Amino acid sequence: MAHSGISVLFEGTNFTRLMGGLWTSVWIAVVSLVIGLLIGTIFGLLRTMRSRIIRFILLLYLEFFRIVPTVVLLFLVYYILPRQFDINLPATWMAVLAFSLWVAAEFSDIVRGALESVPQHQRESGLALGLNQWQLFRYVLLSQAIQLELPATINLATRVIKTTSLLLMISVMDVINVGQQIIEANNQTHPTGIFWVYGLIFILYFIVDYPLSLWSKHLTAKAERK
Amino acid sequence: MDWTIIQQSLPNFVQGFKLTLWLSLVGIVGSIIVGIITSLIQYFRIPVLRRMFGIYVEVARNTPLLIQLFFLYYAFPVMGIKMTAETCGIIGLIFLGGAYMAEGFTGGFNGVSQTQIDAGEALGMNQYQLAWYVVLPQGLSLSVPALAANIIFLIKETSIFSVIAIPELTNTALDLIGMYYRSNEYLLMLVIAYAIIMIPVILLLDWLERRVRYGAFGD
Amino acid sequence: MTEEILKVEHLNKFYGDWQVLHDINFDLKKGEVVTLLGPSGSGKSTLIRTLNGLEPFRKGSIYFKGKKIDPTPKEWQKLRQEIGMVFQSYDLFPNLTVLDNILLAPTKVQGRNRADVKKEAMELLDRVDLADQANSYPRQLSGGQKQRIAIVRALAMHPELMLFDEVTASLDPEMVRGVLEIIKELSDRDHMTMIIVTHEMNFAAQIADRVLFLENGRILEETPGKQFFEHPQTARAAEFLSSMEF
Repeated sequence: MAHSGISVLFEGTNFTRLMGGLWTSVWIAVVSLVIGLLIGTIFGLLRTMRSRIIRFILLLYLEFFRIVPTVVLLFLVYYILPRQFDINLPATWMAVLAFSLWVAAEFSDIVRGALESVPQHQRESGLALGLNQWQLFRYVLLSQAIQLELPATINLATRVIKTTSLLLMISVMDVINVGQQIIEANNQTHPTGIFWVYGLIFILYFIVDYPLSLWSKHLTAKAERK
Repeated sequence: MDWTIIQQSLPNFVQGFKLTLWLSLVGIVGSIIVGIITSLIQYFRIPVLRRMFGIYVEVARNTPLLIQLFFLYYAFPVMGIKMTAETCGIIGLIFLGGAYMAEGFTGGFNGVSQTQIDAGEALGMNQYQLAWYVVLPQGLSLSVPALAANIIFLIKETSIFSVIAIPELTNTALDLIGMYYRSNEYLLMLVIAYAIIMIPVILLLDWLERRVRYGAFGD
Repeated sequence: MTEEILKVEHLNKFYGDWQVLHDINFDLKKGEVVTLLGPSGSGKSTLIRTLNGLEPFRKGSIYFKGKKIDPTPKEWQKLRQEIGMVFQSYDLFPNLTVLDNILLAPTKVQGRNRADVKKEAMELLDRVDLADQANSYPRQLSGGQKQRIAIVRALAMHPELMLFDEVTASLDPEMVRGVLEIIKELSDRDHMTMIIVTHEMNFAAQIADRVLFLENGRILEETPGKQFFEHPQTARAAEFLSSMEF
C-alpha cells in the first residue's frame, strides 16, 4: 500500500511543481535576508551611537519583534497593508516585507553585540596608532565583528528558511502549499500520498538547512579553539 | 476601531490566552526534560544512544515545526496513528524544543573550563562525581541564556498550532477575522495578548540570567 | 632508610609526533621537597601534571610508594586521593562556599564523616587565617585568599604528596608571600613531601632539598638545593639563574 503512495511524487509534473514551490520559498528567504541584513547593519550601527532617542526607538522596534510571533507578523502585513493603506502587493512581496523587517530587528542585535564585544583595548590601540573613527571602524572593528557575528547570522538564515514554511498561511505558492494541492488532487487514488509528499518536503527542508547549521557549528568551534 | 467588537470577542481571546499559556508551559517543561536527558546522553558519550539522539537533534533543529505538525496530524493517521490536534501540538513542540534545549545544555556543559575539571580530577573525583558536583551545576548556569532564548522561542512557536486548528491565541484571532472580517481589532487584541504574555516572561528571564551569572560566577 | 614516595623511570611524553618529555628519571623520599625549575616551555608544568595523571604518557613508569602505577583513569582516580595538587588558577568551584569547596572531596570521594572533616577544615582554615571566610563564596575573595583555600582543599584529603604548579604565578605581588609562607610551613612543620614548579627563585632556594633543572623536556641537572643556587653544574642552569635576577 505504501509503495503506491510514493508514485504520487513522480506523476505528471508533480515533482517539478514541488521544486518550483521550494524555489519560491528559498527565493523569499534569500531576498528577505539580503534586505534584512542591510537594514539590520544600519540599525545595529545606530544602536551603538550615543543618541538616546535613536537607541530607544530601535530598542522598541527590536522588542516588538521579540514579542510578536512571525505568524502574527505575516498577518499584520497581509491584512493591514491592503485594508488600511490600500497597498496591494502580491503575497510573495508581503512575505518579503514581513521577513525583512524581522531579519533587520534580529540582525541589528547581532551587529550591536558583535561591535560591543570587540575588546576595548583593541579600540584603544587602534586610536593610539592614530586611526580616525572611520579607519578604526573599517580596519579594526568591522573585520573582527564580522568574524564574531558570522555564526549567529548563519543561524538566523536557517531560521528564516524554516520560517518560510509559514508562507502557505498567507496563500503564497510555497513548497508546502503546492504539496497540499498535490495531496488533495490525488487523495482518492493515492490515500497514502500524503505521507510521501510531506516526507519529501521534510527532507527538502533538512537538505537546505543542515549544511548551513553544520557551517555555523564549525565556525563556532573554530572560534572557541582560538 | 470598534470597541464593542473588542468587548464581544474578549471571552474568545481569554480562552485562547489560557490555551496558549497551558500549551507553552507543557511544551517548555517537556522540552527541558527531553533536552536534559539528551544532553546527558551526549555528555556521558553513551554508545548507540548518543548517535541516535545526535540524529534526533539535527533532524528536529533543521526542519520547520509546521511540517513536523503536518506529519503528526495529517500523515500519521494514514499509518493508523490518530491523535487529537492538541496532543500533536504538544508532541511536536517538545520534539522541536527538546532538541533546542539539548543544544543549549550541551553548550553549557562544554563551556565549563578545563581547569575546573582538572581541579575536580586532582581531588580524586570519578566521572560521575565530576559531572554531578562540577560540570552539571556550572554547565546549567552557563546554559541559562540559551534556556531563556529557547523559552521565548517556544512560546512564540505555539502560534503555529493554528495551522492544525488548535484554538490558541493566533487561531482564535484568525477564526474571528474569517467570520467577521474585522482584522484591525482582532489583530490588535492578538498583539496585546502576546505582549501580556511575553513582556513579563522576558523581564523575568533577564532577571534570572543576571542572578544566575552573579550567583555562579560573581560577574 | 627513608621511605620512597615517588619514582619516575624513563618517562617519555608526546603531543602527537612532538616529544615534550624525554627520558625523565628521578625519585622522591618522604618529607623531601623537590622544585622543578627551567625556562618557560621546558616541560615542568607538563611533568608535574603527568605525575597526577592529568596528562597521559606514552613510555616509562611511575612508582608511587613502591608500587608501579597502572595508568588507567580508575587507578589515577584512586591515587589522586593521596596526591594533592594546587594549580596556578586556584580553580575553587565558584558555585560552592569556601567550606563546601573543602568538604566536597573528603566527604563525597573518601566518604569521611562530615562533622569530622568540618572540624579539621576549620582548623586548617584557621591556620591560613581564613576561618572567618568559611561561608564566603570564591568570588568574594582575593586571589591570594583563593589560593590559600585551594591549598587547604587539597590538604583536607590527607595527601602523602603535594604538587604545586606555579601557584603564585597569577597573584599580585603582595599576595605571593602569604601563599609561599604556607607552603614553607607545610615543609618545616608537617614535613610534607612536595614537588613545586615555581618562578620564585628566592623561595625555591629556601625550600628546595633538591632542584631538577629542565630544558626542552629533558632534565639537564639534578642538584641539591643550596648547591644549585650557589654552584650550578651546567652552563645552561647558570645562565638561567643569572637571567632570573633575584
